Amino acid sequence: MSSLAHITRIGLRKDLRLEWRSKDALNAMIFFGGLIVVIFSFAFEPTQEEARQITGGLIWVAFLFAAVVAMNQTWARELRNQVLDAYCVSPAQPNALFLSKALGNFVFVIILEAVMAPLFVIFYNLRVLGPAWQLVVVALLGTWALVVNGTFFAALSLRTRSRELMLPLILFPICLPAVIAMVEATTNILTGDGSATSWPGVLAAYDLLFTTICLLLFEAVLKTE
Amino acid sequence: MPEPQLQSRNTKLFTVFAAFTFVLMSYGMYEALIGAPTERTMGAAQRIFYIHVPSAWVAGMCFGLNFLASLVFLFRRNQPLARRADALAVSAAEVGVVCCTVMLITGPIWARKAWGVWWAWDLRLTTALLLWLIYLAYLMLRRFSSSGNAPLLSAVLAVFAFADVPFVWFAIRFRDYRGNHPKPVFGNGPNQGLHPAILKAFLINLAAFTAFGILLLIVRYTLERARQAMADRRLATALGESSGRAAVAGRELQEVR
Amino acid sequence: MTSLAVTTPQSTQQAVTAAVELRNVSKHFDGVIALRGVSLAFDRGQLSLLLGENGAGKSTLLRLIAGLATATEGSIALFGSTERDKWKCRLGFMPHASLLYDELTGLENLQYFAALYGIRDREFCQRAIAGVGLDPGLQRRVGQYSQGMRQRLSLARAVVHDPDLLLLDEPFSNVDVASAREIAAHLARMRDAGKSVLVVTHQPQVLDGVADEAVFLEAGRVIDRRCWNLEALRAFEEASLGSRVKEVRRL
Repeated sequence: MSSLAHITRIGLRKDLRLEWRSKDALNAMIFFGGLIVVIFSFAFEPTQEEARQITGGLIWVAFLFAAVVAMNQTWARELRNQVLDAYCVSPAQPNALFLSKALGNFVFVIILEAVMAPLFVIFYNLRVLGPAWQLVVVALLGTWALVVNGTFFAALSLRTRSRELMLPLILFPICLPAVIAMVEATTNILTGDGSATSWPGVLAAYDLLFTTICLLLFEAVLKTE
Repeated sequence: MPEPQLQSRNTKLFTVFAAFTFVLMSYGMYEALIGAPTERTMGAAQRIFYIHVPSAWVAGMCFGLNFLASLVFLFRRNQPLARRADALAVSAAEVGVVCCTVMLITGPIWARKAWGVWWAWDLRLTTALLLWLIYLAYLMLRRFSSSGNAPLLSAVLAVFAFADVPFVWFAIRFRDYRGNHPKPVFGNGPNQGLHPAILKAFLINLAAFTAFGILLLIVRYTLERARQAMADRRLATALGESSGRAAVAGRELQEVR
Repeated sequence: MTSLAVTTPQSTQQAVTAAVELRNVSKHFDGVIALRGVSLAFDRGQLSLLLGENGAGKSTLLRLIAGLATATEGSIALFGSTERDKWKCRLGFMPHASLLYDELTGLENLQYFAALYGIRDREFCQRAIAGVGLDPGLQRRVGQYSQGMRQRLSLARAVVHDPDLLLLDEPFSNVDVASAREIAAHLARMRDAGKSVLVVTHQPQVLDGVADEAVFLEAGRVIDRRCWNLEALRAFEEASLGSRVKEVRRL
């Protein structure tokens, strides 16, 4: 187990370093996310009250779209020079690779959210009526739900003919329950309805179940040719 | 080696079953359109229910079957059984998508008449739509991956689909949307005000659709097995031509049977 | 020519289990047959060449041995075991692609790959880089390396865990003469230390005097296997010349 943790850490550090040097994923993701925010604000032009009602939905749709860009990038990095083969011939556990990729994506998407959330606040004149700290909990749990499935299906799409296209087709339907939970929880907090308390529980259960399934099946997916 | 007798018996059985299904379906349609009395409050629109509910049932059956076959595939990956499981999984997914499509078309037609809207984001509707989307993705995934990879990748997706359904159900129920979809009228008390003639028509249609679903499954499964056998045979001849390893080729073909 | 010193294939160490043993291995992808019933054994302490034209199945053979692909038929045993997880620590793989991260420096790359084998020692990695004739303190990223430097680093990566079996796919293509010599010398040292080395190459001349034997593949089958000596080299050169003449005629 210690080697799992160690290799996960090493892999995560390597991915963060690669991203820090190339900034491929973050640049593309943040620019794309920013575009979505601008387009949404042109498309809807809400009043302050309406904004509270719809922002929960908009913000997560924007994050979901932008996150897909990042997830496709992470595996693309492993395909360049076929570095993935070096991992596969080594005795390191496949799940360490999966965890380091998922954690790396988690960090990237959290950074994206930290950059984009203020944009939403500015463009939509948001004022949160409920307890704002709960938004952080929802963001963490929700982001993990997106990222763990996204990382898994991005790896699965690698084994198909049309990689980048396949990911959203599979990811969006599977993520739907998590998206509903995130949107509802966020809207409840923004409007101060207060019934958000049980949504994080749903998200946590979803995270737990899907992380387990991903870890059980990742090795099989990695080993297909 | 093929046993002609067995094969002809299978064919005979299949013909009998197909004929039986045809008769049952015809009778079911007669009952649904003419035989059963017109319902008092909803009128003729209610008759769509004889198609809608049975196809929903067959779709559910197929998706469940797909999940079980996928599990068998994942656990018995390198055994001959795995190829049968994969053939069953793909057949069930395709028949399931077809039935789910029928359900998703007939539902809104009825809803327009009964509720005044085509669609409502209610518990059953959303879950059905999501399942339909996931299984479309499943079929697309199969199309976009090489024939060597498709069985494993799609079996993996089937596991995710299965894990997803309770969450969708729960999430939508939790959202406190008051569902418009009628609750199942069976199970709560004896027949709960369902007219015996309506019940009879419904049960006949349920049986007919189930038989039809099984018939489609058999045809599709046989086709898939034949496709697998043909791929093997093509390979075996290619190998045999080059190195004269007819024995191996023969063994492979036998395994397929 | 040191060809006289070469042992004939399969004459030594027959009692010990072979480093690699393939039994009747076939491989096909979506109906295309890459290997047809290949049976081969490679002894320990030998440097073997895999020769053949493009599409003969050489690279597929290496990938199968490396465990990156599974054989459609037949079995592959490394050091007497067919269980992949047991081999992994004893296997080094250097394919045509570099298997290196372009954005990392040489040392960072090597440290990462060494960690996959449980090696956490920084100085050990530095020594491994020096061992292939590169400067471990070089801050340049691998993306800016020359092809020769990249191949050397790739070799260092493949052997960082001191494997007993090393698989190489075209290690000399587009490589400068000095780097090619360095790599060849390294392979010779490994062979002398009792390791098994399998090399797929179009330039067997570089390994002249190092290689022990050559296996010739054509259309997914083994067509010849012989000691690597002057005759074998001539035969190879004539054959490749012949095929080149054929190509020219086709044009």
